[in-house]
Amino acid sequence: MHIDSKCELLGKVQGFLLLLLFCFQFAHASDTIQVCKNCKYTTITSAIGAAKNGDFVMVSNGEYSEGKILIGKQLTLWGENFPVIEGNGQSDVFFVDADSVVVSGFEIRNTGISYIYDLAGIKINGHSHCRIENNRLYNTFFGIYLKHANECIVKNNEIIGQATSEASSGNAIHLWYSKNAEISGNSCKGHRDGIYFEFVEHSHITGNLSEGNLRYGLHFMFSNDDRYVNNTFRNNGAGVAVMFSRVIIMQDNLFEKNWGPSSYGLLLKDILDGEITGNRFNENTIGIFADGSNRIKITGNEFRQNGWALKILGSCMDNTISGNNFISNTFDLITNTSTNYNRYEGNFWSEYTGYDLNKDGIGDIPYKPVKLFSMIVSNLPVSIILLRSSFVDLINFAEKITPSLTPPSLADPSPLMKMILK
Amino acid sequence: MIIIDNLQKSFGRNEVLKGINLNIRDGVITAILGPNGSGKTTLIKSILGMVIPGDGSIEMNGKGIHNNWKYRNQIGYLPQIARFPENLKVKELIRMIKDIRRTEGKEDPLAEMFDLKQAMDKPLRHLSGGTRQKVNILLAFMFESPNYILDEPTAGLDPLSLIRFKELLIAEKKNGKAILLTTHIVSLVEELADDVIFLLEGNIFFSGSVEELKSKYGGLKLEHSIANILSGQHV
Amino acid sequence: MRTFYPASMFKILKYSLFDLTRSRWTYGYFLFYLIFTFGLLYFSNDVSKAIISMMNIILILNPLIATLFGALYFYGSKEFAELLLALPLKRSSIFMGKYLGLSLSLSLSYLLGTGIPFLFYEIQATGQAWNFLLLTVAGLFLTFIFTGLSFLVSIRFENTIKGFGISIFIWLFFAIIYDGIFLLTLLIFEQYPLDKYALIMTLFNPIDLSRVLIMLKLDISALMGYTGAVFNKFLGTGLGMIVAFGSLVIWIVVPVFVFIRFAKKKDF
Repeated sequence: MHIDSKCELLGKVQGFLLLLLFCFQFAHASDTIQVCKNCKYTTITSAIGAAKNGDFVMVSNGEYSEGKILIGKQLTLWGENFPVIEGNGQSDVFFVDADSVVVSGFEIRNTGISYIYDLAGIKINGHSHCRIENNRLYNTFFGIYLKHANECIVKNNEIIGQATSEASSGNAIHLWYSKNAEISGNSCKGHRDGIYFEFVEHSHITGNLSEGNLRYGLHFMFSNDDRYVNNTFRNNGAGVAVMFSRVIIMQDNLFEKNWGPSSYGLLLKDILDGEITGNRFNENTIGIFADGSNRIKITGNEFRQNGWALKILGSCMDNTISGNNFISNTFDLITNTSTNYNRYEGNFWSEYTGYDLNKDGIGDIPYKPVKLFSMIVSNLPVSIILLRSSFVDLINFAEKITPSLTPPSLADPSPLMKMILK
Repeated sequence: MIIIDNLQKSFGRNEVLKGINLNIRDGVITAILGPNGSGKTTLIKSILGMVIPGDGSIEMNGKGIHNNWKYRNQIGYLPQIARFPENLKVKELIRMIKDIRRTEGKEDPLAEMFDLKQAMDKPLRHLSGGTRQKVNILLAFMFESPNYILDEPTAGLDPLSLIRFKELLIAEKKNGKAILLTTHIVSLVEELADDVIFLLEGNIFFSGSVEELKSKYGGLKLEHSIANILSGQHV
Repeated sequence: MRTFYPASMFKILKYSLFDLTRSRWTYGYFLFYLIFTFGLLYFSNDVSKAIISMMNIILILNPLIATLFGALYFYGSKEFAELLLALPLKRSSIFMGKYLGLSLSLSLSYLLGTGIPFLFYEIQATGQAWNFLLLTVAGLFLTFIFTGLSFLVSIRFENTIKGFGISIFIWLFFAIIYDGIFLLTLLIFEQYPLDKYALIMTLFNPIDLSRVLIMLKLDISALMGYTGAVFNKFLGTGLGMIVAFGSLVIWIVVPVFVFIRFAKKKDF
C-alpha cells in the first residue's frame, strides 16, 4: 500500500473516533441535581424523578424523611456532610433498582423491625456494579442488603445496630446469591451477624471490623471460593462461622474475646479445602471449632490464651495443623474421638515440657495436646473450677502415662522448642 | 504471801489436788515434798496460772489470781526444765525477759555470783546443762519479786554454785520474801526449809516445821521420816 | 472487750520473729523461693506461663510449709511458752504473738524469695505485675491460714506425733483429697445444676479459693466463657471478690480464734 493512502486512512479513522466520542459525551452529559431545604428539589425522591441515567444527585446536610427512596436509574447519590435519612419504620430506606448505582455519604437511621420483610438501610435487588461507600447506618434492621447483586463494592461504611435478640435483629451486611463482591473497611456492630454470606461466590472481605454482634462476626452459608483477609472479629457471640462452604481462604485475621458457653473464634461446619493462615486467636473460649470439616490447612496461626485453642471433632479428616504457635491456652486441644485422622506437626506448644538433646530445635519426644481434664470439662463444664488443682494435675499425669480416654495416636511428633517468629 | 483455799484440780478422771489449804508466808522458805505424782507440780502451776483450778481460790498478796495476769509480776519462777529459744544469746534472753516484765533487773551481781559473765554472749544452744540452770536461777532472781517459786532449783549445779545458791536463798528470805520450793534433795530441805508441806495423793499429809515432821514420824534424819511416811509405818 | 494486750503481744511477736530470723529453716525457705523464682523466670520464655508454674508450687508449698513449721515451731517452743506463761503476760498475747511471729516470718521469706526475682525481671515483664500481686496475696493468705490450722491442731493434741500427723493430713486433705471428692461428686451428680454447689465447695477450701481467684485473672476466657451463669455473674463481680476475700479472712480468723480459746483454757 502507498504510504500517503495509509496516512489518509489513519486520519479518517481518527476523525471518526473523535466525532463518536463527542456524540457520546453529549448524549451522556451528566448533570448535578442539588437537593436541599431551599433548592428546587427539597426531596431526594423528587430529584431522582427529575434525574436521568448518569446524573449526580447531591444531597445537602439536613434531615430527610421520605419513606422508601427508590433508585430506579443509574445515579450517583452523594451526601454532603452526612445528611440524615430517617426511615419510616415500615420499609427499606434506599431501594436500588438499577445497575451501577453509587450511594455515598449518608447517615441512615431507623428502618424499623419487621418479622415479615427484611427491612434494610440500603437494599440492592437484582442489579450489579453498585457501590455503597462511606455511609453511616444507625439502628437499621438490616444494614446493607445485597440480593442477586453481582460485582458490588461495599466499602468504609459504619453500621451500628441495637440488637437485643437474634430473632428480632438482622445482619449489618447481608449478601444473598451474589458474586464478585468486595466488602472492605466496614465497621459492623450490634446486629445479629456482622457480615452474612449465603450463596456468595468469588468475593473478598478485607479489613473490616465486626464487633459485639449477637451471633457471628462473619457468617458463610453455602458460599464457595471466597476469601477474607485482615479483618478483626471481637467480642461477638462467636467470631466467624463457615458452614457448608468450599475453598474459603482465611488469612491474617484477628479473632478476639469471643466468649460464651458455646462460643468460639472460628466455627468450621461441614466445609472442604479451606486455608487458615496467619490468623491470631486471642482469648476466645474456643479458638477454632471444627465439625465435619476436611482437607483444611491450619498453618502459621497464633493461638494465645484461649480456653481451648482447638476443638476438632471426630467428624474431621485430613486436616493439617502445622507451624502454629500455641501459647498459654488453658487447653490446647479437645476432641471427642479416640482415633485421629488429622496431622499435627511442627507446631510450637508452650505447654510442651520435652527436651531437645540433638539441638535441632525440634523436641525429642512427641507432644500430646489432649489432656484428660480437658475432656472432663467439655462433658461437665462446671468442673472447670478445678482447673490447675493438684488433683487434676495428678489425674492428667496418670493419663499421660497410661492413656485410657485420650486418643493415643493424637500427637505432634515434631514439636518446636521455640516460638515461631514472624 | 500466798493463800491457797480448798484448791482442787482433776485431769480427766484423775484427781490430782483434792482440796489444798495452804499459807505460804513471807520471810519463810516453804518446801513441798511428796512422791512423784503427788501433785507438787500441779500445785505450783496452779499458783502460776498455768493450770486452771477446778475449784478453790488462790490469793497472792491479798488479790485473787483468777482472770488476772498482772500478779505474775510478783513472782520469780524457776522452772524444772528450762528451755529457751535456742537461737538467742544469754544476754538477749535477759534483755527480753526484762523487756517483757518492763522492769530493770539486777542481773549483773547475779551473773558475777554464778560466774556467767563469759556465757553472756553465747547462744543458749551452746550451753551445758549446769550453765543453763544458772541462767535459769539468774532469770528467777533478777527481779525484786516478793514471791519465789522454785521447781528443783539445784539440778545440775556444781558445788560452788550450790553454795552460792543457798546463800542467795537465805538472803532473800531475810529480805522478807515468800519462797516456795520443791526438791528431791532432802538435805537441802533440812538445811533451808522453815515449813515443810508433805503432799500425798493430792492431799496435804503433813504441814509444819522440819523438826515437827521428824518428831512425828520418827527418824533422826528427815529422809528416814519421809521413808517412814511412804512405807506407811507412821501409824 | 479486749481479747489481748497489744503491747505485750507485740513484744512476743518481736521476739518470735527475732528468734525465727536466726533459724536456718527460714533461710532455707527463702533461698528455695529465690532460686526457684529466678530459675523459672530465667528459663521460661513466657512470664504468664511462669506465673502459672509459680501458682502450682505456691498453692502446694505455702500450706505445706506453714503446716510443718507451724507444728514444728509450736511443739519446739513449748517449754519456752511455759516460761512465758509464768511471766506477767496474758495468754492470748503470748499465743497471738507466736502465731503472728511465725506467720510473718514465713511470709517474709516467701515475699522476698519470690519478690526479688520478680522485681529483677519486672522490667521485661510489664503487664504481669497485677497477676503476680494477686498470686502473692493468695500465697500470704495461705501461709496465715495454714499456720493457724496447724497451731490449732498442735495446741489440741499434746502428742507431737499425733499433732504432726493430723496437721499433715489437713494439708493433704485440702491440697488433694478434697478436690478428688469434689470432682467425684460433680461427676456423680452430673445431671443436676451444680454451679452453686461448686461455688460453695470452693469457698470451703482455702486452697481452691486462692486458686480460683488467681485463675479468674489468668485463665479468664476459659473460666468466664465456658461455664456461663454463676461463676460469671458471681466471682467476676466486685461482690464476688468481696465474698471470696471475706472467706479467706474467715479462714484465718476462725482457726486462730478457736486456737486462742483453747490456749486460754488449757492446762500447761
